[in-house]
Amino acid sequence: MLRATVYVTIKQNVLDPQGKAVQGALHAMGFDDVNSVRIGKYMELTMNTTDRAAAEQRVTEMCEKLLANTVIEDYRFDLEEV
Amino acid sequence: MGEIKDVYPIMRSYERKVVCDMNFAVLVFPGSNCDIDCYKAVEQTLQQPVDYVFHTATDLSKYDAIIIPGGFSYGDYLRSGAIARFAPVMNEVQKAAAEGRYVIGICNGFQILLESGLLPGAMRRNESLKFRCHQTKLRVENNETPFTHEYAKGEVIDIPIAHGEGNYYCDEETLAKLRANGQIVFRYEGVNPNGSVDDIAGICNEQGNVVGMMPHPERAVDQLLGSEDGKRMFTSILNAWREKHDAASVR
Repeated sequence: MLRATVYVTIKQNVLDPQGKAVQGALHAMGFDDVNSVRIGKYMELTMNTTDRAAAEQRVTEMCEKLLANTVIEDYRFDLEEV
Repeated sequence: MGEIKDVYPIMRSYERKVVCDMNFAVLVFPGSNCDIDCYKAVEQTLQQPVDYVFHTATDLSKYDAIIIPGGFSYGDYLRSGAIARFAPVMNEVQKAAAEGRYVIGICNGFQILLESGLLPGAMRRNESLKFRCHQTKLRVENNETPFTHEYAKGEVIDIPIAHGEGNYYCDEETLAKLRANGQIVFRYEGVNPNGSVDDIAGICNEQGNVVGMMPHPERAVDQLLGSEDGKRMFTSILNAWREKHDAASVR
């Protein structure tokens, strides 16, 4: 089996209100070394295949269709044997 | 309330020719919560036939107008509207939109239309991170759509909002297109409650038969609700349809 870990983040040029609020909170706590915070999503998918090439194609399709909204989000993923 | 023909001038044609009913569908997804409001708005404001249509439906051919109501379809899991757009009924909505029938998405309905690609752009969390639920002033930017022709251009109307993710986003290129084509139907007047690009509150597709908006016209159809400025959206749709339909039946 393969496990895909998918990361979905808000595009750099799109405002992330949550990230901005968390950044503000960190600054208020004295963590001035934080330049920016971007909040995203982390997903784990286990797939009943061992074919990496096929899995890569399928996960890309899933990201494009459902897991990310490519108007405002970027995605990337890793595949590993489990 | 006076005679119906006094309220809806187009209905004066009653005496002369047969007036057909316009059929409305209100879609219901798991988690929809403004479906009853939409149903009642059509029933009481227009006295037209209206059905609740479940998300599993596979035939909408009967309906002249489809309302996608507000709520939290599928719990807003992943993203608002992201799962609802793959419900079987949405294939039928795509068909209806392509055929030129009227589709209006309100609040979560707007989010579903964006996710489905029937309208351009996407929604982000409100800039304030707060769920905003209050009356808002909207400026009617385009009164030449089937949904808004009974308003004056530039008219400011009072319609409530209730959302946590109404911060509309699109890229510069799309925004330029929306502006050039008159696809910005409503803008927030005065205070922008969510941070949306260009103060956008509602947009339509290029053909003008699909509209999405964050504010809730169905919650503004009677003074008892605080405003009746939303009424004319419903009467606009009916009268636009009648004009088209009657013109077709005369031929």
